[in-house]
Amino acid sequence: MTTMFEKVWADHVVTPLSEDADLVWIDRHYSHDLSGPFSMKTLSKRSLACRRPDLTFALPDHGVSTEPGRSEASTAAGSKMLPALRRYTSSLRIQLFDLDDARQGIVHVVGPELGLTLPGMLVVCGDSHTCTQGGVGALGWGIGNTEVTQLLATQALNVLRPKPMLVRIEGQLSPYVTAKDVILHLIARDGADAGSGHAIEFGGSTVRMMSVEARLTLCNLSVDFGASIGFVAPDETTYAYLDGRPYAPRGSRWDDAVDYWRSIPSDDDVGVEACGIAPQVSCGTSPAHTIGVDDLVPDPADAPDESTARAWSDALQYVGLRSREPIAGVPVQHVFIGSCTNSRLEDLKRAAAVVRGRRVASGVRAWVVPGSGSVKREAEQLGLHEIFVAAGFAWREPGCSMCMSMNGDVVAPGERCISTSNRNFVGRQGPGARTHLASPETAAATAITGHITDPRRFGEESV
Amino acid sequence: MSAIKPLVRVASRAMPLPLDSIDTDVITPMSRVIDGTYVDRAFEPLRFCADGTARSDDPFADPRFAGAEILITGANFGCGSSRETAAWAVKAMGYRVVISESFGDIFASNCFKNGVLPLRLARDDVRALLKAAENEQIVTVDLDEMTVSSGLQHFPFDLPEIRRKAMLNGLDDLDVSLSMLGKIEAFETARLARRPWVVPHDADEDGCR
Repeated sequence: MTTMFEKVWADHVVTPLSEDADLVWIDRHYSHDLSGPFSMKTLSKRSLACRRPDLTFALPDHGVSTEPGRSEASTAAGSKMLPALRRYTSSLRIQLFDLDDARQGIVHVVGPELGLTLPGMLVVCGDSHTCTQGGVGALGWGIGNTEVTQLLATQALNVLRPKPMLVRIEGQLSPYVTAKDVILHLIARDGADAGSGHAIEFGGSTVRMMSVEARLTLCNLSVDFGASIGFVAPDETTYAYLDGRPYAPRGSRWDDAVDYWRSIPSDDDVGVEACGIAPQVSCGTSPAHTIGVDDLVPDPADAPDESTARAWSDALQYVGLRSREPIAGVPVQHVFIGSCTNSRLEDLKRAAAVVRGRRVASGVRAWVVPGSGSVKREAEQLGLHEIFVAAGFAWREPGCSMCMSMNGDVVAPGERCISTSNRNFVGRQGPGARTHLASPETAAATAITGHITDPRRFGEESV
Repeated sequence: MSAIKPLVRVASRAMPLPLDSIDTDVITPMSRVIDGTYVDRAFEPLRFCADGTARSDDPFADPRFAGAEILITGANFGCGSSRETAAWAVKAMGYRVVISESFGDIFASNCFKNGVLPLRLARDDVRALLKAAENEQIVTVDLDEMTVSSGLQHFPFDLPEIRRKAMLNGLDDLDVSLSMLGKIEAFETARLARRPWVVPHDADEDGCR
């Protein structure tokens, strides 16, 4: 049997370097304000040209303010990094979707939505969540600064070949249970390093039923499962999503591309039972510290070994929870709906369905940060912003925002945030900030009550 | 131009850090990446209190392990963000080898690009070495022999041949790929003839903006 990973990888091998490493040609590179300037500077220091500026696209997302009326001066990081990104992309002739460009947004939201990322491609970016791009059937992974420089200079990378792994997810998801809950459940069950060294193909009936946007969320957290690559084989859902996107191929090129894409899925669909999964919420400092929203906070005494017990107990101390207390009911001060995990139109629609006609609890700061200018415009055309604003949410400009505290959007020390982002590490949302990862529905329900809440409760009430 | 120091054999005391899942946000917090102090403030949450003063239980302050060139850690070391500052900080702290049961893939890749060896061993072997490190024994990592030893204990390890060669010779990946530019260009011409749709459709020409 040949897997999709093997077919796509083989299509890119310039030359094998050893038994387990290849020099591979890369189809697409995304650059952003944090990863771009350093490597672009190194390139010019070494007097190297950018070989294929037409295959790299740059957009500021990490360090930008998401405040309405923003400029690059709105954040310290932005005022330092954005002018440098502008200067280097201009001299290297790389297309930049700048703050005033309607297409600006988070790299992993914008790449697929513009049709820049296509099935069967190899895609890299100086960001670990590049695995998100696998939602449209590309193999994407995050790289460091040294590799970004190498990519710009040669359009190729020498990489250890990951091993293919299939994760099959079967069955119908319960109402109010999403792709985010599935992947958090998997990480909690098997560990944050379970996919280490692998490229994961997500298959099975649950994945086939998912929209492309849900698949992007599923793949987004592959790296937090240990695998730098996660992808879903393309199918009719993928083609319908990509057809007509601004940068997607047209006419006979589109037909040729679809012919090829139909040949890449794994020959045999090679698990997780989806039907039993409850909405998930993290309760510690690793995505592996995740439980069902109706579960109790774990007791380190129940840990399988000593080092896990210590990790749990350090984590509980950091997030300020007691073991064996219900996670539901824990009060929060902040709600963040956004990030490359959950900031697409479907995420905002699902959150808005919970919020509609309700009010954010007093004392809670609740934000919606659309993932791109396109998402923001489409949401506004649907009137979603009015639902959020009427409920007391702030409606922000596109960017990475509260996912990683480098752009002024932070959670104060000791305060608690339910967040649709991907990492609940120590200090991730600001020094001393406490993060609970969850789906947009769970975050929205929590905003309304002011404490961690099972979104299924709202479903029952409205029925 | 290679700035990578070859690594054949390292023998030194080893710094024990028996914590699982130390992520790259802990190794180099984003605020320190931005203000440029990520080496001085590496592992900040483990070493400093919220008010900036040193923690009394800072594991790196133990004089017994000053000058150690080997770091031995819990599982999943360097998981999380792709920031290469984490590998740079580990290197700048003087570590040439990091031993763990597992690593974040991108962090491990970044280590190799900077001449730091991320070495995977089985859990029991890591535990034995943590104990040896605590007892201030010398730990020896030998890339010729492909073993880690301490006292009478010897642990063989695996390493992809390409990584081993690069470490032994101090090869710079950029130099390696630049030397193959001819091959890359030929591949690219053939690929774009085979899959012309890889070059993005020019959206600006449609007035899509």
